[in-house]
Amino acid sequence: MRIFDPHIHMTSRTTDDYEAMYAAGVRAVVEPAFWLGQPRTSPESFYDYFDGLLGWEPYRAAQFGIQHFCTIALNPKEANDPRCIPVLDELDRYLAKDRVVAVGEIGYDSMTPEEDEALARQLQLAVEHGLPALVHTPHRDKAAGTKRTLDVVRESGIAPELVVLDHLNELTVGMVLDSGCWAGFSIYPRTKMSEDRMVEILKGHGTERVLVNSAADWGRSDPLKTRRTADAMLAAGFDDDTVDQVLWRSPVAFYGQSGRLELDEPKPDEETTFEGNSIRRGGA
Amino acid sequence: MVPPSLTAPDPHPALDDPARTWLAEATARIASDPGAIRRLFPAARRHCGRARLDAHWTVDEAARAALLTALPLRGRALADEVTGLYRHGDPAEQRAVLSALPLLDLGDLALPLVREALRGNDNSLIEAALGPYATDHLPDDEFRQAVLKCVFCEIPLGHVHGLTARADHELARMLADFAHERLAAGRDVPDDIRPVVRAFPGVIGEEVQHAFTEES
Ligand SMILES: [Zn+2]
Repeated sequence: MRIFDPHIHMTSRTTDDYEAMYAAGVRAVVEPAFWLGQPRTSPESFYDYFDGLLGWEPYRAAQFGIQHFCTIALNPKEANDPRCIPVLDELDRYLAKDRVVAVGEIGYDSMTPEEDEALARQLQLAVEHGLPALVHTPHRDKAAGTKRTLDVVRESGIAPELVVLDHLNELTVGMVLDSGCWAGFSIYPRTKMSEDRMVEILKGHGTERVLVNSAADWGRSDPLKTRRTADAMLAAGFDDDTVDQVLWRSPVAFYGQSGRLELDEPKPDEETTFEGNSIRRGGA
Repeated sequence: MVPPSLTAPDPHPALDDPARTWLAEATARIASDPGAIRRLFPAARRHCGRARLDAHWTVDEAARAALLTALPLRGRALADEVTGLYRHGDPAEQRAVLSALPLLDLGDLALPLVREALRGNDNSLIEAALGPYATDHLPDDEFRQAVLKCVFCEIPLGHVHGLTARADHELARMLADFAHERLAAGRDVPDDIRPVVRAFPGVIGEEVQHAFTEES
């Protein structure tokens, strides 16, 4: 089984996670730029973070047989902090990088005017750079927030097939699929979505334009949730080809729209141990 | 190994028609609007390709060198633009900046970039930093430390551009001491340090003599 996790924050994960992910079949990941838990206090903190997403993290992932790409943006939470806003002026140069396959995570957290401004401006940047957009939907007041997000996406003029709305649930999936956007689901223990509910959604809404991710980060989360969902799909009667569609071909198709997804395509039945080096420490 | 020349190889034979057009338009734009390089420089690799041209240059590095030499800037203004590209660059862009330093009229102003690369732990950047620019500009003590770092990081000393010209008694002493430390720990001494040490026989103490005799 080959798995592409289209949304996972590897910066917060250990090398043990990389090993376990490889053994579970994960061969490629996209790491969206997001909040670090600890607030940033200047744009320079973002630049160091973006450099890590483009330099150190793909280097680390490669040592475990996993291809790492990223998305770049000012996240919704910090769009409210005036100390962080100037990062918007430097996004242009980061969005031009080879391994940047979308603008993201953008979207709403508390639906403030500042978030409105950052969302609209960054959707515009996606259009200018010919990139897809990864849009986070708010955890509080989710249905209303998702509706409002879809309105802003429509007004921006970006093609709906270039947009994924993420962290969806039973109440928001319908309107997103109807809009022509992609529907993203974060299988995250206790909150967001479980693998069994995910299977029910796939039964009810089909497997087209659906992305399944672990969204694993520094919170209580599990980088193997993509594999668990694949197993739950098989147990529920979905065939291997449909599992491959949802967990590999769909994320490849979505991020492939960037023209920058330079991917070594693994065979679906590749073995599960990677003879990599241990991580280089730069001991000198 | 052939020393790198002070010009970048011409990328054009390796470019297809759309790539040639892209590079011609990009250099023309940068010549009239230097700030345009901030979006064009990162995009060069996917427009021009990344095949190897010779022992020192890939197509993307040569194309990026063409963009840098198109900048109509000098002195501090040139250094600021180049520093910004390096500071916000991914590893491939940073390698390209380091490789192009000897082509740009920068004096000592790019030394902070060389030092940053030498402090890091990406061997490809350390190698790119130790080209002709470092040979000409890096102070003696820093050059010696950089060579020693290469030994620790297992970067072949044959890849260090100015080694023959810049090796001195103190560097040979440091490498001989390093050999001593290795032998005392029961470990091997890397072959590529031997010629440097042998060029200064006075630094070879009795306890490491056997490691530096010709037949070893
Ligand atoms: Zn996230």
